[in-house]
Amino acid sequence: MNESEAHSLLAIADDELILGWRDSEWTGIAPLLEEDVAFSSIAQNEIGHARALYELLARERGITADELAFDRSPEEYRCSRLVELRLLDWEKTVARQYLYEQADAKRLEQLMQSDDPELAGLAAKIDREEAYHRMHAQMWFERLKDEPRFTAALEELRPLLDADRDEHSPELSELWDEMTMVRRSQPAGTAW
Amino acid sequence: MVTTEQVWEALAEIPDPEIPVISLVDLGVIRDVGIANGSVRVEFTPTFLGCPALEVMRDAMAERIRALGAEPDIVVRTDDSWSTDRITPQGREKLRESGFAPPAPRETSAPTLVQLQSNAFRCPYCGSTDTRLENIFGPTPCRSLRYCSNCRQPFEQFKTI
Repeated sequence: MNESEAHSLLAIADDELILGWRDSEWTGIAPLLEEDVAFSSIAQNEIGHARALYELLARERGITADELAFDRSPEEYRCSRLVELRLLDWEKTVARQYLYEQADAKRLEQLMQSDDPELAGLAAKIDREEAYHRMHAQMWFERLKDEPRFTAALEELRPLLDADRDEHSPELSELWDEMTMVRRSQPAGTAW
Repeated sequence: MVTTEQVWEALAEIPDPEIPVISLVDLGVIRDVGIANGSVRVEFTPTFLGCPALEVMRDAMAERIRALGAEPDIVVRTDDSWSTDRITPQGREKLRESGFAPPAPRETSAPTLVQLQSNAFRCPYCGSTDTRLENIFGPTPCRSLRYCSNCRQPFEQFKTI
């Protein structure tokens, strides 16, 4: 894996970890039971992808995936501003999902072409799973595409996709505190 | 000294933690078993990367191998070489008998929403294809929810990976 690949991999892993946490915030309170199940499942998948990517990166650095995922300060995360926001607003959540999955598909396609067979193989596996997230996003897009609140949410959130990844919203720090608190709550000597 | 056959037999007794009607061997997730210097190396692929049963499966395999008097070396493979096509014919039949529709064959490109919404999926209870998609997601990442309009029975459809 070359340096530019490692750099982009960390950004993807951070995106998937943070979006996974945000998606999980719908567990138990989504407007439809089906969506409660869907967002919980998507969250689980995203965090699974983050773990696999962190493991690949952590091995090269001689640290663990958990250390790489959680032992950095919030400013050091490389995630997109889009995934940081705590959006407990249905149309915005669906808009984010749609924007994110489209962008994610493009970069996965690139990673699948990597000369590093391990990286290309992992990207291909992730893409097989993401195909179901894309279908879910597409289904909601078709349903809401003529709703002004939804189209406004798309326009509002779209610029955050390409915003500078070194700049973060205060909401990322809040989430980081929450993640750290959850992590420290693990009793010594137990496995998750 | 333990043989690869003994290891395969021992692993065939481990049920999938989330769908216990099928063993890890029937699920096709065990990719390779190798023996060297008293240590047994098992390579396996999770169905989904975020599968919470990953650690449970790893521990169960290690325990069975230790019971055979060998040191386990369990390696997780995270590439795209496993697909639901690797579920054995017996495994597919066990799934169907238990009310899980086995996965459709993998195609070169990923399945589409139009395909999932079509009525090409067969109800594991009555065999009708008059079924509809209820939810792409289900109780675990590897399953979708469908409803059979013929026998009016909801059922779980194994996703194609």
